[in-house]
Amino acid sequence: MSESKNPFPLPSEIESVPGAENWGDMYAYYTRVQPEDDDRFWFYNSMHFSEPMSAFDMITAEAAYYAMGAYVTRVFAFPTAMGIDYRCINGRIYITANTVQDPEEIEKRLAIFQERAGHYYENWNDIYGQWEKRMGDLIKEMTAIKIPELPNIEDEAVVKEARGIAQNHYVRQAYNEVIEKYQIMWQHHFEMLMLGYGAYVVFFQFCKQAFPEITDQTVARMVAGIDVLMFRPDDELKKLAKLAVELGIDDAFTDDGNPDVILAAVEAKGDAGKQWMDALAESRDPWFNISIGDGFYHFERSWNDDLSVPLSALPHYIGLIKKGENLERPTEELKAERERIISEYRELLGTDEEKAAFDQMLAVSHLVFPYVEDHKFYCEHWLTTCFFNKIREFGQLLARHDMLDDAEDIFHLHHTEVDLTLGNLMNAWAAGSKPVNQDYWKPIVKERRRMIEVLKEWQAPPAIGPMPENIEDPALQMLWGITTETLHTWAAPDIEDDSQLKGYAASPGIVEGTAKVLRSINDFGEISEGDILVAPVTHPSWSPLFSKISAAVSDIGGTMSHMAIVAREYGMPAVVGTGQATKRIQNGQKLRVDGDRGVVTILE
Amino acid sequence: MTSDSFILPFGTISLDDRPRVGGKGGSLGELTSALIPVPPGFVVTTDAFSAFLDALDKEHGIRNQIAKLDPEDVATLNQTTSDIRTLVQQAPTPKEIASVIAEAYSKLGDNIPVAVRSSATSEDSEEASFAGLQDTYLWQKGEAQLMEALKLCWASLYNAESVAYRLKLDIPEYQLAMAVVIQTMVNSRCSGVMFTRSPTTGDKSVIAIEGSWGLGSSIVSGEVTPDKFVINKITSEITSRDVASKDIEHVPDEKGGIMEMPVDETRKKTQCVSDDELKELSSIARRIEKLYGMPQDIEWAIDQEGKVMVLQSRPETVWAAKEKAPVAKPTAKAFDHIFNVLGGQK
Repeated sequence: MSESKNPFPLPSEIESVPGAENWGDMYAYYTRVQPEDDDRFWFYNSMHFSEPMSAFDMITAEAAYYAMGAYVTRVFAFPTAMGIDYRCINGRIYITANTVQDPEEIEKRLAIFQERAGHYYENWNDIYGQWEKRMGDLIKEMTAIKIPELPNIEDEAVVKEARGIAQNHYVRQAYNEVIEKYQIMWQHHFEMLMLGYGAYVVFFQFCKQAFPEITDQTVARMVAGIDVLMFRPDDELKKLAKLAVELGIDDAFTDDGNPDVILAAVEAKGDAGKQWMDALAESRDPWFNISIGDGFYHFERSWNDDLSVPLSALPHYIGLIKKGENLERPTEELKAERERIISEYRELLGTDEEKAAFDQMLAVSHLVFPYVEDHKFYCEHWLTTCFFNKIREFGQLLARHDMLDDAEDIFHLHHTEVDLTLGNLMNAWAAGSKPVNQDYWKPIVKERRRMIEVLKEWQAPPAIGPMPENIEDPALQMLWGITTETLHTWAAPDIEDDSQLKGYAASPGIVEGTAKVLRSINDFGEISEGDILVAPVTHPSWSPLFSKISAAVSDIGGTMSHMAIVAREYGMPAVVGTGQATKRIQNGQKLRVDGDRGVVTILE
Repeated sequence: MTSDSFILPFGTISLDDRPRVGGKGGSLGELTSALIPVPPGFVVTTDAFSAFLDALDKEHGIRNQIAKLDPEDVATLNQTTSDIRTLVQQAPTPKEIASVIAEAYSKLGDNIPVAVRSSATSEDSEEASFAGLQDTYLWQKGEAQLMEALKLCWASLYNAESVAYRLKLDIPEYQLAMAVVIQTMVNSRCSGVMFTRSPTTGDKSVIAIEGSWGLGSSIVSGEVTPDKFVINKITSEITSRDVASKDIEHVPDEKGGIMEMPVDETRKKTQCVSDDELKELSSIARRIEKLYGMPQDIEWAIDQEGKVMVLQSRPETVWAAKEKAPVAKPTAKAFDHIFNVLGGQK
């Protein structure tokens, strides 16, 4: 393809968003676009980083990519692929994958890969058992980290026990520990993940060759687990709704989801109320440690942080239970259906050899998939929401010492800037003076907050740089999560007119209805029965919504995304990854969602 | 040869009867026996054709005339075959044949419109020597029209290309036989074809359905762009839906035959077959495929009352002829597949 035909802009051609020209000051120098970046193809990782990065949240991209790259490039030595380079443009993360081209080098890496990956596949369940223990310990350690108070006069024990270390030292130590454990989480996260994806990609490719018209969703259905942790928080909520009805205290649950009001009303119900509160406490630990997002941003709090999210879902569940509906997921039926699909596809294969290969590949996918599905709960949800809360405590510390206006402001400092600022505080506490240039960050934070708002409006191009002809290497598809097909869709959007949006057909069926644009799960109450949900992306904590809506549309997501999976379970049409549904669709508009073709039509 | 062997109703035919009823006739009989909804009908067997031809041959020596032809002498070939076709078309049908056909026809209904289709017998002939001879005469109403169409089918055996082909391959004329299927017409609201594997990719896990308003002849002749659907056999999901602008439809002509009618604006762009009907069609398609144990190419119709029917079914031939190498073979250890795919070796 000649360069003049390249449908995407070059990295160097992208200008700063007017009004946010200084966005680059928020991030490390090595995240900027370099002149030679114009020779490479990059795409916007909207799947993981759908919003402009605040200065602190950039640590998620940093830690994730250096952990992922380490395992792909150095630890397991994937033969054809190395890690990911990332750049920040207007606050968005663009990525590209490095490849190995030299056949001799590939050969060498393959020998190492076979040996090392083989060890993991061979001992997968043992290693996963160890992993769960290690991750559980890490979460406990993170939770236990104490952020020092910096008292006016040191605790007597420091003297009586002759500890020899004053509190200000622990400020930086605790901070380092919090950062370190977060980064270790990402190391663990990728320890097994790329091998898991590898197994899935192989089965996926086999299915696509044997059944060229099989949908991604159908392959996913053959592999996906039924008892996955992702469903658990929602299941807990359904259990709590049922218990409330059984105990006859369901009138305590009002629509507004205000925890103070609701929990006070429950507690006023005597023994029944106490019984329900005990059940709630049990569900909360650990199942409410679920992020309202994907766990990549500080503002995605957990259900435990904001009980109004789960509580506002309860009245609807209570209503359904009182109507006599059974809300429990029919896990046995789902399992039987999965088995039927597998065996019927297997039967269609031409030869016994193919059937045997299919069995092997599927078995490896089933072996690795519990990890692929469940690691998120431990990593991105539980540990990450805990991590951001620890950082919040440092924010409170800095706010108490009037170095920030508000604890949340800390998320507009880069993590190295936080480190410096804590140094200033440690010194001030010791010196008995005010922190030097105490107000230093206040105008900067204000400016950064303003810039983030400006950057949110930017329509980030899905890809930049010279478009590759195709992405045939399955390792590359695995790292990028995109295929040649995706590229072509981006390059020439197949839109018939202004009233249509194209995305991935994630769950079949056609439905017409009223659009409800929801940017946050906190607005749960605004959804009416039968609405079509239009959201940037949905996450496990959004699951309760699906019992109310008739169809779902997202800006971001593929066929393995949360919205796709849940919509299929509920049997409603869904179109995901439209790129701009929340921007182009207005509340109250009539929509047609065609989940067979992946098209959303704005009817009026 | 007795007169009761001249016709066979669908319900009495099995695939074993193919030498006498042809491929199409055998298939319709088999489907009827398997309780697949097929419009009723009967086959005018090869016995009837032989009896008719024997009588004609005695008088005109047709078989001899052909044996003497030189396939390279196109002018003589054209003239002789044209004369023979006229002779076949104009010759009276022997009474013993005409009367059993008339009786079987009247059992279908009172002056009921029928389709008259040639049904070739020899297996290798279906695709080769009879190419272009799959004559079909739709909406033939009344005994006279039926008999005329029957003889047009018979006469088509003496088409110049077909005769030249037989001469070149030394196929003796006395082996020549043809059965003709007489089948009740469906005044279809919509109709079309379906394949139990994808015609574009050969995928066996899907059923591709094409449909348009009115009679199926508009699709077969390519005069209309049909609605196209792909249905997953296993999950029953409609995975692709392409509703085309169907500008014309074929409808039965009062005088017999069919005529082309414009379709009004709203109907043009309306999906001609409902999702429920698509599911019913795909379930029928799967039954037929199971019955034959191989992928099928099926013509279907839905009548004005919404009844789904199969007009004919034959084995899919395009993809069946392309044998694919297995996608993968088993490996020593299951995870070796991963090394094979991610190893960068093509």
